[in-house]
Amino acid sequence: MKTIHVSTTINGDPAEFICTPDETLLDVLRNRLGLTGAKEGCGTGDCGACSVTVNGRLVCSCLVLGAEAQDAEISTIEGMADADTLHPLQRAFIEHAALQCGICTPGILVAAKALLEKNPDPSDEELRYWLAGNLCRCTGYDKIIRAVQAAAAEMRGA
Amino acid sequence: MQYVAAKTADEAVALLAGHSGMARVLAGGTDLLVQLKSGMVEPDLVVDIKRIPGMKDITPEAGGFRIGAAVSGAELGEHAGVCALWPGVVEGFNLIGSTQVQGRATMAGNLCNASPAGDAVPSLVAADAIARIHGPNGSRDCPIGDIPAGPGRTTLAKGEIVTSIFLPARPARASDAYLRFIPRTEMDIAVASAGVSLVLAADGAVASARVALGAVAPTVLLAEEAARVIVGTKLDDDTLARMAAACSAICKPITDKRGTIEFRTKTAGVMAKRAARIAYDRAGAKT
Repeated sequence: MKTIHVSTTINGDPAEFICTPDETLLDVLRNRLGLTGAKEGCGTGDCGACSVTVNGRLVCSCLVLGAEAQDAEISTIEGMADADTLHPLQRAFIEHAALQCGICTPGILVAAKALLEKNPDPSDEELRYWLAGNLCRCTGYDKIIRAVQAAAAEMRGA
Repeated sequence: MQYVAAKTADEAVALLAGHSGMARVLAGGTDLLVQLKSGMVEPDLVVDIKRIPGMKDITPEAGGFRIGAAVSGAELGEHAGVCALWPGVVEGFNLIGSTQVQGRATMAGNLCNASPAGDAVPSLVAADAIARIHGPNGSRDCPIGDIPAGPGRTTLAKGEIVTSIFLPARPARASDAYLRFIPRTEMDIAVASAGVSLVLAADGAVASARVALGAVAPTVLLAEEAARVIVGTKLDDDTLARMAAACSAICKPITDKRGTIEFRTKTAGVMAKRAARIAYDRAGAKT
């Protein structure tokens, strides 16, 4: 299969990669660029573990072709912390023990950040609907909701 | 597999028309990538239409809106003008999948994927929306209801692509609504659904109506008798019961893991009468 050369921006830095036409953005991030924060849960857009943003839109990277990333702005979990300083959402997840196995956590953090940029003060219902496509088989979600709300409150005060 | 991001509609059409093997159009990719991965389709050409000028635009036209074929659910849901004029179209489309899926999924894709349960389609049929199609012989306009041919099949000819969907203008006291039944609250596929579009007369009675049903036949159904039943009324309980019966009467569903023939037939009528009530209240709230 003929490979494609793609120039893109990932977490603010220019990036280039070669991929096959049928390779997903998730596989490119993980296998070619070493960005293994995004996880493959289902590979069919149901679980949200591979969530990233493309041009500011929250998407499942398993449902995007790597070739589509040409000239795009991609943000992944690796760009969330500022060097050693964790994002308020990341700190809140630790403080509220909003994870157990951690597979869903990068996707949920990316998704929650996208919500708070759009709506800094969501109701629990809005938050639960927004995260409906992020499955977690450990926590029962309650601690995740509390952690996001705590981070949202902190970010509104900041 | 070859991937091409077409720069013009003519280029996309020429690629698709001139290709001898299996080719697929890529817009949001939320159906296509799942099909690719499962091996359901193995195209040797994928044509990405998102870089064609106009495909991501929502443009006012003749009092209505032209929605580019690559406009995502998230983008449409943020457009105040479309949400005010055609709230039922937006709510149907926005029910599809998760926030992540909404970041990519398109109405034209939901239409051309041709699932009988596509949530964007009944409201578009109720709205009398028109698809603009570009093909080897130029452009043509086609009512939405004429595009699905059966599960996974459309009436589009080889080389034809949907480039936009036109939502027409409507009178001041008019609105629409969409409801589906699913056994959970989110992230599911319609068991039965209904889209209803209403125009009200000065006295508050229904002046004209279009009712469309989803997931109860191989393609979306336009429920003409159900629409006739409610015209001239203010949707009293007797009228709504007769409307629901008229909807159920035309259902030709299948039994599968999501629901039985009997359940779908009854539920389609219930969804239709409730959606009619919501559309009626929305239209009445306008001045």
